[in-house]
Amino acid sequence: MNDVLTQPRPIRLKGRSFLALALTPDLPIEDWLVRLDDLAARSAGFFLRRPVVLDLTNLAIDREQLRELVNQLNARNVRVMGIEGARPSILGPDLPPAMTDGRPAGDIETPVASEAAPKAKEEKAAVEAVEEEHEVVPVELPSVKVSPSLMVSEPVRSGQSIFYPDGDVTIVGSVASGAEIIAGGSIHVYGTLRGRALAGTMGNSTARIFCRKLEAELIAIDGYYKTAEDLEQDLHGQAVQIWLEGETIRTGTLG
Amino acid sequence: MGKVIVVTSGKGGVGKTTSSAALGAALAQGGEKVVVVDFDVGLRNLDLVMGAERRVVYDIVNVIQGDAKLTQALIRDKRLETLYLLPASQTRDKDHLTPEGVEKVIAALKKSFDWVICDSPAGIERGATLAMRHADVAIVVTNPEVSSVRDSDRIIGLLDSKTLKAEAGERMEKHLLLTRYDPARAARGDMLKVDDVLEILSIPLLGIIPESMDVLRASNVGAPVTIADGSSAPSRAYFDAARRLKGEELEVTVPGNEKRGFFGKIFGRKAA
Repeated sequence: MNDVLTQPRPIRLKGRSFLALALTPDLPIEDWLVRLDDLAARSAGFFLRRPVVLDLTNLAIDREQLRELVNQLNARNVRVMGIEGARPSILGPDLPPAMTDGRPAGDIETPVASEAAPKAKEEKAAVEAVEEEHEVVPVELPSVKVSPSLMVSEPVRSGQSIFYPDGDVTIVGSVASGAEIIAGGSIHVYGTLRGRALAGTMGNSTARIFCRKLEAELIAIDGYYKTAEDLEQDLHGQAVQIWLEGETIRTGTLG
Repeated sequence: MGKVIVVTSGKGGVGKTTSSAALGAALAQGGEKVVVVDFDVGLRNLDLVMGAERRVVYDIVNVIQGDAKLTQALIRDKRLETLYLLPASQTRDKDHLTPEGVEKVIAALKKSFDWVICDSPAGIERGATLAMRHADVAIVVTNPEVSSVRDSDRIIGLLDSKTLKAEAGERMEKHLLLTRYDPARAARGDMLKVDDVLEILSIPLLGIIPESMDVLRASNVGAPVTIADGSSAPSRAYFDAARRLKGEELEVTVPGNEKRGFFGKIFGRKAA
């Protein structure tokens, strides 16, 4: 009856980035919708199959207006996956979820108009989306020529989080209990690893974790993880390396 | 210009207020002009520990809101004429501390005092971050116990990121003050050892204050322990810590009380 709890295969959680269109409506909304329709008329299906985020920064709009706007967009087959820059008070369970920490990417080409149509500058940014992995998809790793790395020469304190999806992270110092290191590549700790270390998070199963002294709360490689409880007791306090073999996390002492 | 010290910990009940008062009184006994500022708006205690609770008229919130002048709010200690207290408000909450207001008060205090000791509230919210914001030096008060050590570690992270010094790219000077230390229990393994705490926090040690009834007794009579009984074990530890703050290099020891031979274990470690 507890078959859910006794499932030996852990759920795999991964971070993933998508390029999304960020729509930045301006007031009055009716006029903006007219311009949007104009854009859509020039390119049917421009918004189809594209993740769209609504950027409401600096837009004075209340909940009812927002709901109406989302409905209007739905009616145009523009499905909004998230809302950025909105006051929490105007959001609700019936509206798309709030999103934060979007990073701008380049402008997205809009379909060219024959005459001087109102310049559509609505599409501008990219957001990051974190998605639960449902199926096994071959991960396309960009073939990196020079693997970038991040050097941290201070101890990482409790509550601090170092997120470096681009490559390896090297810590010259200790990682405190309650701190976390998330790296796209390998993690090297020249000190005691007491917090969490998540290596290969962007789908790199060859990433490894190295530390001078292992007292970690949690370690993970490419989505497979082990908590302190699951780690072999005799490795505690040892210099250790951790790697992935198939779907198994392997550990071994160093030197 | 005076030096601004923040006494902070993250965790509550570890001895921030006791240490602020004791270090303030110890520095003042050397003739230096000291003000101890209570940042725990809403839960003030420093006035009690310093025995000034019946003389509070104005507080830091009054000064920030312009209802009183700084000189009206400062309370001079009856026993030490170079020791002052700037009390917190008990009826308001921490939202009444504004960054601009705190900046003004600290700047004014720095001009007329040698030491400005900011007694931080527990936690990592507004009160605590404002107390540490303008500090030149931080004293991280820690008990030899895992939750206190982890909270201190968190606070050290904030000291290195949320203070004016850190934002200007400078290094915040940080010292560890280990309080409520019981060498006998540490030796039995009931308590973290000094080495363990230092290894985890990796900041220099300012002093080790032994667990002692003298501290409780002093706060009950409303006197900083360094005034109540200058020869008690915790007092001597605080006096040594104050000398280290002034830049002296002293070996860190745990002063013992009655059973000096047993408790007075020498730690061959250099401070700061």
